[in-house]
Amino acid sequence: MIAYFLCLVLFCVGLYCVLRKRNIIKIIVGIIICEYAVNLFFILVSYRMGGRAPIFSPDATILNMVDPLPQAVVLTAIVISLASTAMLVAIAMRIYEKYQTFDITKIRELRG
Amino acid sequence: MIELYILIIFMIVGAIIAIEVKDLLSSVVAVGAVGLALSIVFLILKAPDVAITQLVVEILCLIILIRATLRKDLPFSTTGRWFLNTAITVCFIAVFLFVSFKALKQLPPFGYPTMRVASVYLKEGLSVTGATNIVASVILDFRAYDTLGEATVLFTAVIGVLAIVRRVGRKKVGEIVREEDESRPS
Repeated sequence: MIAYFLCLVLFCVGLYCVLRKRNIIKIIVGIIICEYAVNLFFILVSYRMGGRAPIFSPDATILNMVDPLPQAVVLTAIVISLASTAMLVAIAMRIYEKYQTFDITKIRELRG
Repeated sequence: MIELYILIIFMIVGAIIAIEVKDLLSSVVAVGAVGLALSIVFLILKAPDVAITQLVVEILCLIILIRATLRKDLPFSTTGRWFLNTAITVCFIAVFLFVSFKALKQLPPFGYPTMRVASVYLKEGLSVTGATNIVASVILDFRAYDTLGEATVLFTAVIGVLAIVRRVGRKKVGEIVREEDESRPS
């Protein structure tokens, strides 16, 4: 329960950064922190007290494995988060080339 | 489980440093520290595959972000309705935390998951797919379409990045386009 709540606090730190900061790189950093918090929450839900990693070994029968399904889902989500981060950074670099700033309040007029 | 709580608190402190420090490069390095701590947390929570993937992805992400922030800096400015915006944001986050705290009580307690779907995978995974690693058998056999969709998203994102980063678009035959013509309407 405390672990869930700490994970939620981490998500809220990222949310504050996304809502409040004015630098595009800081906003990307906030999105990355939110992704970390969500991935951590999935793995926390799948943990079983005193469990083992979900890998069979030939010489021992393991009964108390942790839940493998959220781990597989998170494995997919981590790779997709890398792709989306690369795309966000590419857009931010193009904005910097065009406007010479990362400040979102200075990027007002549409020049094209 | 005391080391788990220590590591999560370390991650929260690292995230706060990352969003409050003024230098962009220091901020990116702090995010890297948070991601590596997350990798260790995955290892403690008995998810070695996810820990390895997180480590690799974190390093790649750090390289991309450092490439974007190198020698570009921004002076900090607090003009405008600073107090009002911060108050609204903090109020929203407080309401969000309160509602989520109420909702988290409905979840199964930490350490005792309801493994309704996963019990089938754990029981039949070895005999049906022949993979000793259950996570690998889930992502490559039971939910292979999910992985196919992930690869589709990944390559679409790569194509998008290439289309954004490319400087000059396709030209007609014999047309000469200089670099500064790009921003001007033709």
